[in-house]
Amino acid sequence: MTQSVSVLLFGITRDLTGQSAVAVPLNEGASVGDLLSRLHQDYPALAGIRSLLVAVNGEYAESEQLLAHHDEIALIPPVSGG
Amino acid sequence: MVALTSDPIDVTAALTYLQSEQAGAIDFFLGVVRDNTQERPVDRLEYEAYDRMAISEMQKIADDAQQRWPILRYTIIHRKGTLQIGEIAVLIGVATAHRAAAFEACRYIIDTIKQTVPIWKKEVFTDGESWVNAHP
Repeated sequence: MTQSVSVLLFGITRDLTGQSAVAVPLNEGASVGDLLSRLHQDYPALAGIRSLLVAVNGEYAESEQLLAHHDEIALIPPVSGG
Repeated sequence: MVALTSDPIDVTAALTYLQSEQAGAIDFFLGVVRDNTQERPVDRLEYEAYDRMAISEMQKIADDAQQRWPILRYTIIHRKGTLQIGEIAVLIGVATAHRAAAFEACRYIIDTIKQTVPIWKKEVFTDGESWVNAHP
């Protein structure tokens, strides 16, 4: 069964996609790694970014972590605060 | 005290917050917008944050610093939005009994913020713009 998750975008990822959030269709039991692969497929421009991390419910997530459709998911390009 | 704000950072208010009768040392680090990057003239900076996570990651760093050093009071304030040359982008303030811990904790906090807190800086030049650290 396919579900769609909503992914928040910031910084360069928002500029590259022209959107502040994207809906990504994923199979049930999909992981953070699956999400990144799908995003790279749909938005090839993301490949030019130095590193892309994913946060789930406000915490950095490993690529094995499984996703649920109600999770708050965000793409985290290299940070540059300070 | 940890905060993310769109308003100018008030250094005097931060100092008042940090002062106490036990504090023999107060260290500040101020990150300030400068007018160039690698000799390219900068017009202004634009900071963007994932607010909820930026706050929680800054709080984690503060909690961690409190485990490592005997901190009496601290304040971490990061600005977001459009900043002009000379404006303060980030303020770290640490109050301790003695100076060594204040210096060390202050440096630890700013260095770690730059590694883990989801805040992004865009440099706007007179002839273009770019997100800092985004490309290899």
